[in-house]
Amino acid sequence: MQNYLEFEKGLAEIEGKSAELRSLARENEEMDVEAEAKALDRKAEQLLKDLYKNLTPWRKCQVARHPDRPHCADYIKQLFTEYTPLAGDRNFADDPAVMGGLARLGDRPVVVIGHEKGHDTSSRIERNFGMARPEGYRKAVRLMDLADRFNLPIVALIDTAGAYPGKGAEERGQSEAIARSTEKCLNVTVPMVSVIIGEGGSGGAVAFACGDRLAMLEHSIYSVISPEGCASILWKDAEKMRDAAEALRLTAQDLQKLGVTDLVIPEPEGGAQRDRKEAIRRVGKALEQMLSELDGKKGEALRKARRQKFLDLGSKALV
Amino acid sequence: MNWISNYVRPKINSLFSRREIPDNLWTKCPECGQMLFHRELSEALNVCPSCDHHLHISPRERFEALFDGGVFVEIDVPQPIADPLQFKDQKKYPDRLKEARRKTNEAEAMLVAEGKIGDLQIVAAGQDFSFMGGSMGMYVGNAIIAAAERAVKKKCPLILFSAAGGARMQEGILSLMQMPRTTVAVEMLKEAGLPYIVVLTHPTTGGVTASYAMLGDVQIAEPNALICFAGPRVIEQTIREKLPEGFQRAEYLLDHGMLDRVTHRQELRRELITIARMLMNQPPAVVANLPSPEVAAAVPAEPKAEAAPKAAAPKDTDAKPAS
Repeated sequence: MQNYLEFEKGLAEIEGKSAELRSLARENEEMDVEAEAKALDRKAEQLLKDLYKNLTPWRKCQVARHPDRPHCADYIKQLFTEYTPLAGDRNFADDPAVMGGLARLGDRPVVVIGHEKGHDTSSRIERNFGMARPEGYRKAVRLMDLADRFNLPIVALIDTAGAYPGKGAEERGQSEAIARSTEKCLNVTVPMVSVIIGEGGSGGAVAFACGDRLAMLEHSIYSVISPEGCASILWKDAEKMRDAAEALRLTAQDLQKLGVTDLVIPEPEGGAQRDRKEAIRRVGKALEQMLSELDGKKGEALRKARRQKFLDLGSKALV
Repeated sequence: MNWISNYVRPKINSLFSRREIPDNLWTKCPECGQMLFHRELSEALNVCPSCDHHLHISPRERFEALFDGGVFVEIDVPQPIADPLQFKDQKKYPDRLKEARRKTNEAEAMLVAEGKIGDLQIVAAGQDFSFMGGSMGMYVGNAIIAAAERAVKKKCPLILFSAAGGARMQEGILSLMQMPRTTVAVEMLKEAGLPYIVVLTHPTTGGVTASYAMLGDVQIAEPNALICFAGPRVIEQTIREKLPEGFQRAEYLLDHGMLDRVTHRQELRRELITIARMLMNQPPAVVANLPSPEVAAAVPAEPKAEAAPKAAAPKDTDAKPAS
C-alpha cells in the first residue's frame, strides 16, 4: 500500500484507477484493459515527474517526513555488514531513539550512529518517533569516543524532528547532552561523515552533523526550527508553515549554496519512499565517496580542518 | 463617557502633558509589584530591593558594575553578511534589526569587552536579551569567537553572561550553525588551558543552552533564571500535564546537578574574581584600596606563600569524614 501525500492526490486517483482496471480484468478474463491501464500508468508517471521536479520547500518537508521513507535501521541493514549494536549511556539508560554500534561498510570497520523513527505504531512509540533524550546523545558521545580510540571512521545518519521536549529529558540535561555531542563531533581525530536522510531538526540534528562532511538526500531538510514552529512564533499562525518553510531556506539545494551541505544525493523519481532500495544504495555510494576522500586523514590536521570549515560558515549568502 | 473624553482628551493630553514626565523614572517590579525608583534600582544592579527579583540588566550596565572602576574596552566583532537569506516574515529582517538597534542603542545582541576584575585581566561577553530576545545569529557567533580569540591572545579567562531565547530564526540554518561555531570557540579556550566561566541569566533557552552556555568550566546561574532547552510551554503541550513549580529554574537545575552554583547578582562580581583568580593560580584579590600596578607586580611573592597553606587546609577537612 502506497501512502500518498496531500499534494499527490491527483496522482493517487490515476494510480488508483489503473489498479482498479487491472483488478477488474483479473476477475473477468474477457476484458482487455491493458492498453487503457498502460495509458493511465504513463500519465501517472509524467505527473509524478512533474510533481517532484520543482517541489516547494513545504512539500519537501512533507516528503522528508514521509512515513515510508527508509529509516536508519533500513540503511544499516542494507549497507553495512556485521552490524553489532552497542547500547546504553553508562549513566542512566539506553535510548532507543538513537541506534548505533560497530559495523562494516564494505571492508571498512566503522562506528555508525543514527536516529531511528520506527516504522509502525509500536516501533514508533518504542523509538519515541526518533526524538532522542539526553541518554541518546550521551550514548552517541560514548560511541564516538570508542571510534576515536580505535581509529574507526564515524558514520552518522540523521533523521529527527528534534530532541525530545519532555520533563525527564530536561531534568537530565538535554541541552548539556546535545552540547557535548556537538563538541565530540568537533573533537574526534578520526573522519566523521553525516547524512541527513529525512528530517534534520534543529539542535537534535546538529549534535550528529558536525563532522568533516555533511551530505543530504535531495528531498531532506535541515532547519533551525520546524516550519510550523517558526510560523507560530513569527507569523503568530501555525497555518503559515508554507511561508515559513520558504523563508527558512531549509532545502538541501539552498543549504548547498550556503555551504552548509557538501553534497546533495539525488533521490529516485518520486522520492526515496518510492524506491527505498535504490535510495539506500545511493546513500551508500555517497558514504564510500566521502570516506575515501578522507582516507589517510586523521589527528590534529583533520580536526583543525573540520573546525575551520565551521568557522568559515556564513561567508556565503544566497543571491 | 462620551467621544470628547474618549477620543479628544487623550489626544490633547498626549500633546501637552505627557512630554513633561520623563520616561522610566519608576519601574514596577514584575514579581512583587513594588514601584522602584530608577536610581535605586540601578544601584542595586536591577535587583528588586523588596523581593530580590532579578530584573533585566543590559550588558553595558553589567560591565560597568563588573570591571574594576567600571573601566572596560570594547572588542571589535567582525560584521557578518547582513540578511543572508533575505528573510521576510510579517516584517523584513533588516527592519526588525533596525528596530532593535533603535530600541537598545546597541549594534547587536552581544557585547564583548576586556578589562580587569579584582586586578585580573579578563575578557567578558554579555548577551542582551532586549535585542531581539538575545537571539544567537551570526553576529553573536562572531562575538563569541572574537572573545575567545582575544582571551587566548591575552592568556586570560573568558566570562560569558548568557541570555537568549535561542537561535535567531531569521538567519535560518546559519543561526543553527552557531552551535558548532561557538563550540569551536570554547574548545580554543580549553586547549589554551584558560578558564571559561558561564553565568546563565534569565532566560537562557534553546540552541544557546545546547552549545556554549552549557560548556563552561564553571557554571553559575542567577537566582530563578529560566534555563532550558525546550521551553515550559512546549513541554506542557507535548506531555499534556502541568509542570511543577520552579521547573527549569536555576535552583531546580542546581538540584539536578546541571549547575555549580546559583549566585545573587550583587555577589557575582566578588565570586567571579575569587574563582577566576584561583583558576588562574593567582593570589587572592586585594579587597581594600588597590595599589598602583607597579606595586602589585612586585607583591606576588608574599601572598603566594600565604596561599599555599590555605589551599592545603580544605584538603585536611575533606580527609576527616572519609577516614
